[in-house]
Parts: sequence; C-alpha cells; structure tokens
Amino acid sequence: MAILINENTRIIVQGFTGKIGSFHAQDMINYGSNVVGGITPGKGGQTHLGLPVFNTVKEAVRQAGAEASIIFVPPAFAADSIMEAADAGIKYCVAITDGIPTQDMMTVKNFLRRFPKEKRMILTGPNCAGTISPGRAMLGIMPGHIYMQGNVGIVGRSGTLGYEAADQMKRLGIGISTSVGIGGDPINGSSHRDILEKFEQDPETKVVVMIGEIGGPQEVEAGIFAKEHMSKPVVAYIAGLTAPEGRRMGHAGAIISSAGESAAEKVAMLKELGVTICPTPSAMGETVAAVLAKM
Amino acid sequence: MDIHEYQAKEILSGYGVKIAEGGMAYSPEDAVQRAREIGGNVWAVKAQIHSGARGKAGGIKICKTDDEVEAAAEALLGKTLITHQTGPAGKVCSRLYIEAGTDIAKELYFCFLVDRSSERIVMVGSAQGGMEIEELAENNPDAITKIYIEPAVGLQDYQAREMAFALGLDPALLSHAVKTIRGCYRALRELDANMLEINPLVITGSGELVALDAKMGFDDNALFRQQKISELRDKTQEDPREMAAADRGLSYVGLDGDIGCMINGAGLAMATMDMIKLAGGEPANFLDVGGGASAERTEKAFRLVLADKGVKAMLVNIFAGINRCDWIAEGVVEAVKKIDMKIPLIVRLSGTNVDEGRRIIAESGLPIITAETLAEAAEKAVQARNEAVAKGL
Repeated sequence: MAILINENTRIIVQGFTGKIGSFHAQDMINYGSNVVGGITPGKGGQTHLGLPVFNTVKEAVRQAGAEASIIFVPPAFAADSIMEAADAGIKYCVAITDGIPTQDMMTVKNFLRRFPKEKRMILTGPNCAGTISPGRAMLGIMPGHIYMQGNVGIVGRSGTLGYEAADQMKRLGIGISTSVGIGGDPINGSSHRDILEKFEQDPETKVVVMIGEIGGPQEVEAGIFAKEHMSKPVVAYIAGLTAPEGRRMGHAGAIISSAGESAAEKVAMLKELGVTICPTPSAMGETVAAVLAKM
Repeated sequence: MDIHEYQAKEILSGYGVKIAEGGMAYSPEDAVQRAREIGGNVWAVKAQIHSGARGKAGGIKICKTDDEVEAAAEALLGKTLITHQTGPAGKVCSRLYIEAGTDIAKELYFCFLVDRSSERIVMVGSAQGGMEIEELAENNPDAITKIYIEPAVGLQDYQAREMAFALGLDPALLSHAVKTIRGCYRALRELDANMLEINPLVITGSGELVALDAKMGFDDNALFRQQKISELRDKTQEDPREMAAADRGLSYVGLDGDIGCMINGAGLAMATMDMIKLAGGEPANFLDVGGGASAERTEKAFRLVLADKGVKAMLVNIFAGINRCDWIAEGVVEAVKKIDMKIPLIVRLSGTNVDEGRRIIAESGLPIITAETLAEAAEKAVQARNEAVAKGL
C-alpha cells in the first residue's frame, strides 16, 4: 500500500532535460520508480534518458498515461507548471523548486481548489525533498538507500532532518511505509494535517512521525486532527528550540512571527493533544521504537 | 526584505494614500533646510531604521523650532537605536525623515498581510491605533477586525467599506477610506509585498485620513520580478555577516552562543542547534550550506563561522543526500589546512559515501574530533568548547 506513490505509479518529470531534472530523473529511474517520460516545452518528440519528451503535460497524460509529476522548473515558472499538471489531470505532484513567490503559491492553491475534490491534484512542496515509498518508488531527491521499507509514516518540512529520522529508525530496524516532505515555505501544497489524513487511511502505516519546525500553525492543526480523527499514534519533533523571534531560519516559513509559533509553544500544545513528543532530535528513532513496542 | 518608512510612504503615495509633507535629511543642516521647505511650526524628526516601535526607543522627536530640529537631527544621526524588534545589537540611524507635524484627532491601526492558515491576504484593522497589534490582540481581541480577501476576485469595495465602518470612520470619509484601502491592497499585490502596516493611520483635525507611519515587507522570492523594490534595499540595516553569507548562497543567522555550526538543510541545522543547547551549550549561529556543498563553499562557510571571534568550537553536521560525504570530508580537510584553525572542530558525517568520508578525515592527520550520531556530535562539541574555555583559548 503506502501512500501517494507505489511501484506502479506512472511518473513524469517537468523540467526533464535540464541539468537538475536529468540528474534526479536518472536517480529515480535507478531506484526503480516507474518514470514514463518528461516535459520540456519545445522539445516534444525527442528522447531523453531513453524516455519520450513531451511538449505539454496533457500530451504526457494522453500518450504515456502519466499520473504523477515532479517539478524541477525554475522558481519564476514553477507555479505555471504546477497548474499545468493540475489541469492535465495529474493526480499527484511534487514541487522540488525552492524560491517560488508566495503570491504565486496563493494563486496555485486557489486554482487547485476550483477542482471538485475527487478530481483535485494533490500537491506536496514546494521547496521539499519529495516523497518516497521505500522499496517501491521514489519521487524526489533524497538518498533512497537510507530508507528501509516498513510501517512508519514520516511527514516533515525539512529534507535532511527527515533523512536523520529515517536513518535513526533504520539503525533500530524500523522501516518506513512512505516519507513525505511538505517543504519549508509559508504556503505549501499539503499541510501536515493533509498527510496525516492519508496515513490514517493507509493500512500499512502503524505509526506516524511528524517533523515540524518553528513558524506557522500547521503542526498544531495536525495535532488537533490527530486527536479528533486518528486511531494511529503520532510522534512529533519540533525543530527550533534555540531560534530567536523574528529571525528567519533558512526556510521562508521558519520564522516566529506570532504567538504559538515557537518550538516550545508548539510542543506544549501538541503534548496536550496527546501527541508523543521526541524530547531531542536524536531521540526520534527510540521514541518511535517505544511507541511501536506498546502496540 | 524590509524598506524604510520614507520609501514605503513614497510608494503608497503613488497608490493614492495620503501622507504628510516630508523630506529626507542626512545631516542636521539638511534637516533644518527640509523643515523650512515644508513650512509650518511643528515637525517630526524621524530616524529611518528597519524597525517598528521607534518612538519608544527615542527615534522620533517632535520639534517646534529650527534649533530643536537641528538638535534632534544631531542626536539621532549615527546613533544606534535599540527596539524590541532590532535585538540587543540595535540598528544604526544614518538617514532622517523630516515630516510636517500632523494634527491628530484619532489614531487607527491598519494592515494587510499574507495569512498562512487561510492562505489568503487578510486585512486587519482596529479603531485603537498607535499600540502594537500584538499587545492589542492579547488585551482586547474584540477590538480587532479581520477581513479575508478571496484571491480569485481580489479586494471588493464592500470589504473596504466594512473595514472603514469597523475603524469607526465618519461616513463623510467613506469614499476616501475606500480609495486608501484599495490603494494599499493594489500596492501589496502589484509589488509582491507580504506585509503592509500603517500604524497609526490617523484622522486629522481637519477630517482627513493620513498614513502617519508606514511599514512594508517584501517577499524575497519575488524580488527577481520587482527590480524597483530590490533597489530600495538598505544594506546598512542588515547584519553584515548574513549579507555576506547570502551573497555566497549560504543561509546564516548570527546568535549569541559560542559553538559555531555548519550544517546542510535548515531543519537539520535547527535540530543540531537544539541538540547543542540540550547538551548544555549555546550555538553561535545558524548556517545552512545547502545541497551542493563543494570544497570552495565549505571553505567559505568555515570562514564565515570563524569570522565570529567569540566562537570557541565548531561543529560540522552533514547528512549527505545528493551531496557525498567524501566530497564534504575533502572540503573540510582542505579548509582546515588553509585557514589554520585554532579552535576544536567536531565533524559528524552521515548518508551517501559515509565510510569514505570518515576515512578521509581519519587519514588527514588533523586533530578533528569525529562523531557518528547527532547526540554524540553535540556532546563532543560542548565538551570541546568547555575544555577550550578552561584552557583560556
């Protein structure tokens, strides 16, 4: 099972023939992802990495049965590419691009909401490492080999901190059903809550690890969802205990700008909502192990 | 990116927002000259720094004579102002805005900002202006009106009218208020601002609506298409180390501790800093070297961290994905040799090609302390820092 992607998911790469797109497309193919082609407007009909290049996403959907897409298009054009994917009937899209203007993302979100829910594309990112269902498919830029297949779901804003979590779990023999990066931007395609909802419905996922950080309301909203609608335990770590107020810590979204956005405040609220908190970032593996042991 | 009050006012004035007459001054003589040009008998001499709450920090002086204007300018120019938004280091004032005194009948609060929860632009107003909105939100949340803008159609006149009535404006001011609010919204949208605050927005004795202060913040990600806004950047208001880092494609934030950090990824960087704190230390900085950490980039990052003379130990924590640990290790070894590092260095590598990376560090012959896990790295860094301090390094 896993969520969002599996070995059968037919994947296309938007920004396919560029340097970064090519590199990661090859990496995904090597991992075993079912990449069926890519998009570069104007290069339709050519072959790249042994796969067909299409001019438009609609062509890729029609001719190659594309279901999922990954975006490596530069920030100025990325919003347009996401909307093209949504309009063409792509079901799931990962936007890797870092640096998309906030107002462009507002437009994208508004555009997506116009589709009835059953036809609405799921977007994760931008500014994320992507999604991996270990042993099945990788739709992202992560090092696939650090993920072991298993029953723990991971959702997080940060790429490398997500790797850290997967690595700690692997050392303890704990595997991952799917790991989803939602990205570090203030407005993103899917929230922690949206992904928790998917994990709750996935029979293979037993426990979910949520890796959050300072800034924004999403972690607490996810905690409320977990309390009200989830049967599965949620384990959380919130990064940024030492982050000062009003200073942006790398991610555009990682800034404490109002009450309830600091790591300490989020941890206190999540605890109250029944979420198991990892006391330190090095205890993510053992905290999950303890939760699994009690099940 | 933030801009100054005078810049924000100039922009807003172009969008139909009424402002008091004013001009820039870079010396006390300038200031007096501006005051004379403006005329009248009351002027505000306002320090231009990137921070709110300037009034409380003594950054705004009301003057009634030329001499007072000169003295105020003398006092403010070159002065470091510390507000609760600037941090303890404060910000240096090198420009003044001289403005005609405004006859204030009532002070209001008004702003537009991007709301992360609703993913919409929200308009916020209160009839109780002058105060900081955080204070007001805490003490009297009912006094604040929030109106969310539907992105597909934008701000509508009825919403501007609702806000005008919520602000308690006289019906005679209605059309002017709608024009002001619409102008602010257009400025925000067209210029990719993520924040626009007028606090206070005042009703004058003669019944006009005037922006007495103005603050705008812009989306850094959109500056590529806002050439004119980019040109308003005032580098003197930004931390020089952070600027230097940004120019090299690194993300750096200086902090008060003494353990320097170099990490790949913002989340892992924050987590590592947390680990240092939990181990009893204090991080000197946040530094995300990003994905492609070449030897050259590693050296630049090292120099940046070590430029902070307060740093007593340095921790490198890399989880290599697209990066490879052997490349990072080579970069670290090269940087240490080149820079002739005097303080202890702790390196933790994980991920792609980790064994090769560790071998390079071990065979370098350099006194690099290595760690396998995040916890071990932080503990060793704190220990090395304590030993360095004990030795008086």
